[in-house]
Amino acid sequence: MEQQQQQHRTPSGANLSPRSPSSSPPYLFVSVTDPVKLGNGVQAYISYRVITKTNFPEYQGHEKIVIRRYSDFVWLRDRLFDKYQGIFIPPLPEKSAVEKFRFSAEFIEMRRQALDVFVNRIASHHELQQSEDLRTFLQADEETMERLRSLETGYFKKPADLMQIFKDVQSKVSDVVLGKEKPLEESNPEYEKLKNYFFELENHLAEAQKHAYRLVKKHRELGQSLSDFGKAAKLLGACEGDALGKAFGELGTKSETLSIKLQKEAHQLLMNFEEPLKDYVRSVQSIKATIAERANAFSHQCELAETVKLKEINLEKLQRSRSDKVGEAEIEFKELKADSEEATCRFETIVRRMSEEIVRFQDQKTLDMGVVFHEFAEGQARLANSIADAWRSLLPKLEACST
Amino acid sequence: MMGSSEEGMESLVLDDDDANNRNDKSSFSTTYRSAMSSSSSSTSHPLSAPPMTSTPADSDPLLAPPSSYHDLLLRNPSSVSSSSSPHDIDPPAYTDVVFSPFDETTAGVNEINGHDSPTLSSSDSPHSLSRSPDSIRITVSNPQKEQETGNSLVPGGNTYVTYLITTRTNIPSFNATEFSVRRRFRDVVTLSDRLAEAYRGYFVPPRPDKSVVESQVMQKQEFVEQRRVALEKYLRRLSGHPVIKKSDELRVFLQVQGKLPLAMSTDVASRMLDGAVKLPKQLFSESVVVAPHEVAQPARGGRDLFRLFKELRQSVANDWGGARPPVVEEDKEFLEKKEKMQDLEVQLSNASQQAETLVKAQQDMGETMGELGLAFVKLTKFENQEAMFTSQRVRAADMKNVATAAVKASRFYRELNAQTVKHLDTLHEYLGLMLSVHAAFSDRSSALLTVQTLISELASLHSRAEKLEAASSKIFGGDKSRIRKIEELKETIRVTEDAKSVAIREYERIKENNRTELERLDRERRADFSNMLKGFVLNQVGYAEKIANVWAKVAEETSGYVKEST
Repeated sequence: MEQQQQQHRTPSGANLSPRSPSSSPPYLFVSVTDPVKLGNGVQAYISYRVITKTNFPEYQGHEKIVIRRYSDFVWLRDRLFDKYQGIFIPPLPEKSAVEKFRFSAEFIEMRRQALDVFVNRIASHHELQQSEDLRTFLQADEETMERLRSLETGYFKKPADLMQIFKDVQSKVSDVVLGKEKPLEESNPEYEKLKNYFFELENHLAEAQKHAYRLVKKHRELGQSLSDFGKAAKLLGACEGDALGKAFGELGTKSETLSIKLQKEAHQLLMNFEEPLKDYVRSVQSIKATIAERANAFSHQCELAETVKLKEINLEKLQRSRSDKVGEAEIEFKELKADSEEATCRFETIVRRMSEEIVRFQDQKTLDMGVVFHEFAEGQARLANSIADAWRSLLPKLEACST
Repeated sequence: MMGSSEEGMESLVLDDDDANNRNDKSSFSTTYRSAMSSSSSSTSHPLSAPPMTSTPADSDPLLAPPSSYHDLLLRNPSSVSSSSSPHDIDPPAYTDVVFSPFDETTAGVNEINGHDSPTLSSSDSPHSLSRSPDSIRITVSNPQKEQETGNSLVPGGNTYVTYLITTRTNIPSFNATEFSVRRRFRDVVTLSDRLAEAYRGYFVPPRPDKSVVESQVMQKQEFVEQRRVALEKYLRRLSGHPVIKKSDELRVFLQVQGKLPLAMSTDVASRMLDGAVKLPKQLFSESVVVAPHEVAQPARGGRDLFRLFKELRQSVANDWGGARPPVVEEDKEFLEKKEKMQDLEVQLSNASQQAETLVKAQQDMGETMGELGLAFVKLTKFENQEAMFTSQRVRAADMKNVATAAVKASRFYRELNAQTVKHLDTLHEYLGLMLSVHAAFSDRSSALLTVQTLISELASLHSRAEKLEAASSKIFGGDKSRIRKIEELKETIRVTEDAKSVAIREYERIKENNRTELERLDRERRADFSNMLKGFVLNQVGYAEKIANVWAKVAEETSGYVKEST
């Protein structure tokens, strides 16, 4: 594996030498960069450079750069969701936006940022970072990825299907009407509370995110109106002339300056306030998928347990009657028992993982949002201060004009 | 509190000493400023900086967002809220520092007014008259429905609304200090028309629209309230005009009880009916009926129909440039000023529009910030209620800080906006005043047209007389009928000469009015704009500082997170 000297910014900001001693603590740093538009017309898509720096022994070499596209990330997410049931898989940004917006600089940057966060969360999760699929994602060449990607289409769940799982669980309620078994649900009050919590949380967060987005727009609109007002003031000043005219002119100039600052802040707000809130919403949606998966596992486990019991009774009957079908039945029973145990194990793993994940999630979210709030507040304070400074600098000139 | 300090500044800015008025040429040229100074500070007047009453928190119009930001000002008109400054709003720190010098020093104020005279140092209480002379304060209130008595064509009677108009004044010609009268809108139209006739060449403030359509569309109550506010504004503007405030027409309107004894403006139809009897024959035939003083009025419909036609012919002749009109607008200075006024109007209109957009954007910002805050408040409550982990409570606490800050910032934006509206309203006011300027210039050109018409008329009369004399001299012994005609013609010429003198005097008078009014307008507009800019900027600074502080606090409280995360 080639060792590439990259002057690449890692999350820690350190410039890693490829010849780090192997006795140093294990690290896995990934970054998603350099979005490039490839292809033409309807087929056009964005490709990203994914740069990995690591000393994990399972990896081939210390550094690797690969080219990936959005559907590769989807593949990774789907694999992880399937293999690490119970773990809150980090969310991906939405599939695609309105056509004309799809290649706007802003959208591309937002997506790149979201993908970067996605991979890094996986890389810093103690279980997920061990995933073989992750290694494949970070190292495989593009042809391999493309092959793997096309294999999975239709087999593994697509983004929309994550919610489908949950809907399947819900649809089982209607089975009752059709006379089928009532779906089994955990009767765990604490877990019920947890489920309700996440469902409600999504609503609250979505509202906050909506207002955050509006706030971005209002910053832009205020900026625009200041710019227009500034121009009008300048024209009025030209008409008035003298000191007063100059004052209008200065006012106009300041307005235009502030307009630019507002546009800048709007962009900051979009990337560092609104987007993280959206990400929070997505995380909760991903958790809901895990909840659905758990329900699925639970009912599966129950079903199998039931079936095993029945099969056991049947087997005993056969054994007593010394039927020649006993042997066959015994094998069947063994297999069924194994399946049932596996189902139980799956469910219990999910339960265990979820209880760990929830703690981790809440802790992480508090840290994440803490940073978000801090930057939001700083941004607003900075903006307000520069507005105050700009207008204040105008005052002596206004004094002069009234003499 | 902000309200009182702003009002204090307001009255000081406007206060001036009449006696030291440098511009005193005639009674009407007392500066508008001095005129205003005698009004109590909350008299709203287009040519002064608007009264900066702060929005009382409990009657915050922004709580129910008005349809246009003009309503923001309209809802706080005469409610002189010096007494109702919001208790929980501190004036911006910076503006505190800047505002107080206005209260104490007179230098700054005089610089604005361009006078050396000392200013009054106290702020006017709205409920007592200022000590300065010639002050007048008008309030419009208490709209009531009344029934039309007597000859109503509509069965059940015609109802109309009257308003109580209360005046407090120390102008001697009123012979009273406080009085009220009830008037209906029609009376206001009459007043406005009379003033337009009597004060040609002056920038007479335009009256509120009749807006017939609106009254059908809007809720009656809303309409009446809007009209009440508009009437008050109008009367205050009138009472702020140095000349008009002392006019008989205004006095009669404000003081005389019962039916308004100003002649109603007659419409063309009725005038034609009673005017047919008195058709002026001078412009139609050879006998003389012209009343010279009548030429001092512009030609209107009805009786003046024929004069109108004559003047129309003249103006068409002027337009086609067939013959150079006998007298032209030669005053270069005036023509320059006129062009400048036109340019100013265009720019004012533009600025006024952009100001409105700006105000809307500020309002939206405030609202959205508030909604964001509320969303976080809900989140905070939710996390606290459902908390299973400490990290949730910590997060809830952080969100609460953000929410509180956002709500505070939202309030500041809304206050900022309320003030911005008042400041930038100056633009709107002066834009509205352009109507008066148009009217005054139009008075001038119609007076000029009258002069031109009379001069042309005289020329043709003279030539007719010459022809008659020439023809008559050929007949020996005299031509009795021709001689008689010549005598009549000479009589007509004499009267027309008189009319011409009157017309020329009137024209000169109007020209002079135009000139002084333009001076006054320029002076006052520049002062008002200067104040507007200052007020606007001070306001922005003050509130930006407050908003910055609010967020700085949150940044401080959350600074720990930035050190933690790598």
